[in-house]
Amino acid sequence: MVDQLLEDASVRPDLKVILDLVAESSSLLDLGCGDGALIRLLQIEKKVNTLGVEGSQEMILKAVANGASVIHKDLNGGLSEFADNSFDYVVLSHTLQAVNRPDELLREMVRVGEMGIISFVNMGYIKARLQLMLNGRMPVTKTLPYRWYDTPNIHLGTISDFKSLCDKLNIKILRQFPFGRRSFFLTRLFPNLFASTCVFLVSKNKRGVL
Amino acid sequence: MVRNSVGIVTPQNYTFGETEEDKLDLDCGKKFGPINICYETYGELNEDATNAVLVTHALSGNAHVAGYNSEDDAKPGWWDDMIGPGKHIDTDKYFVVCSNTIGGCSGSTGPRSINPETGNRYNMDFPVITIADMVRAQYRLMKHLGIDCWLSIVGGSMGGMQVFEWCVLFPECVNSACAIATTSRISPQGIAFNWVGREAIMSDPNWNNGDYEDEVPERGLSTARMLAHITYLSEESMDNKFGRNLQETEDLGFDFKGDFAVESYLKYQGNRFVGRFDANSYLYITRAIDYFDISARTGGDLAKALKNVTMPFMMVSFTSDWLFPPSQSQDVVKAMLKNGTNITYCNIESSYGHDAFLLEVEALGNLLRNFIRNVYTEVRNG
Repeated sequence: MVDQLLEDASVRPDLKVILDLVAESSSLLDLGCGDGALIRLLQIEKKVNTLGVEGSQEMILKAVANGASVIHKDLNGGLSEFADNSFDYVVLSHTLQAVNRPDELLREMVRVGEMGIISFVNMGYIKARLQLMLNGRMPVTKTLPYRWYDTPNIHLGTISDFKSLCDKLNIKILRQFPFGRRSFFLTRLFPNLFASTCVFLVSKNKRGVL
Repeated sequence: MVRNSVGIVTPQNYTFGETEEDKLDLDCGKKFGPINICYETYGELNEDATNAVLVTHALSGNAHVAGYNSEDDAKPGWWDDMIGPGKHIDTDKYFVVCSNTIGGCSGSTGPRSINPETGNRYNMDFPVITIADMVRAQYRLMKHLGIDCWLSIVGGSMGGMQVFEWCVLFPECVNSACAIATTSRISPQGIAFNWVGREAIMSDPNWNNGDYEDEVPERGLSTARMLAHITYLSEESMDNKFGRNLQETEDLGFDFKGDFAVESYLKYQGNRFVGRFDANSYLYITRAIDYFDISARTGGDLAKALKNVTMPFMMVSFTSDWLFPPSQSQDVVKAMLKNGTNITYCNIESSYGHDAFLLEVEALGNLLRNFIRNVYTEVRNG
């Protein structure tokens, strides 16, 4: 079971990073938890106390089957039912670009969690850039498989855009883990160009505290 | 025998409160007894009594939740789709208990029971009971069955109200709980419907201040049921089921006998109900529902009222339920999140209205099956 989950996680390298990143026995809120695969992994591997939030009934049924506790909720409604700092981590995986107001959700994430973990789909990825530049058409890639008219991704941005938004919201990027198909070296060096996805560990920027 | 059925089940009885000390302390201040509880059980209780699941029933339900009471029964128990060997609440794994609430008319002590002091029926001398009183009586049954803690308590509608009372009154006896299509407090709209239902009964001349024998207040009770039945459906489900179709006629009758399929359906439901339910019980149970507000004892602070509810909890609502709308379930979810309770919530897409909790077996059953299994795994692993 766990092996299968770990194998699945290898298809989504961001899940593996999150698994490594999260501290043993901590608490975690997984926004858009889907079928609860990450929650299951975290429960088994790290005894993490988890709660999922999910908007799809079909996914909730799967998540409960995976042993998760889940709240049925649309992320566009904000996180007002969660108290300040009520979780160690708040995770948002591949979903930021699909909500109505990514900025407001980001702000909420660092209010509810001590830290936020966001896996971000990068529109600045070289393949996307080339498609737009050479074909003059909106990019369709493995991480962005939709066409412009049927995409749920209504707020696409680049890694640089994300960083400047964090800056504006007074959110501190503690760590970043870019992934790409190119060489590890290039992806690390120029994430905005060579990373198709990037995982960020963020927190509220506590002024006056180093 | 039907496949996956628990088969023939014999209702059992447990009586307590025959001595003054053993009587039940009711919310109204009275001590009441003796009390008989009619119940059914399915499956086997395991050695350490950790696999017991209590199912609590709704207004017009009873202890007969699964299987058949005799070979000739046309219909199985009211949640037979859900409960049985290999079914969502699996009687091969769990010991399932369902008891008729006090105040009811299906075997447990209620207004039509004989008062041993007078030798006559209690009728309107029966004390006004609450949902909490029903649960206190169930607690006595639990002890009688040799169970210290339920693996899970599952109930819809008024059954869900009992789930809340269990978690608040006896949190140490509940390992997990699931409240379905219910509310933490009955709304003024709910009270209003109950009021009209009772008015229909009490204005039936046959009601006779609750003192009836051969001539029962059929018209009042069936009117109450027809009204209530509308609140269990939805505009969409009624449209799907009946449309504006006419029943047994091609043209409008230009009279008041009832042309429409929906009229005929309500009439049928009303008549059928009269055959199986008692008018005085209807008064007492709807009153218990009216008085239900789990946050009343904490001045309306729901989170405070649910503070000791720390066991895994699942809340399920249905999108088209307007009697206990999803927003009321979401209020509970918010309160429990505030308390840091381990809660799962699903608002199941359905057009069936309040009745969905009996009809959406697939989605609800899936949730229940896995939720209870998750808790059972934890209980067994200590």
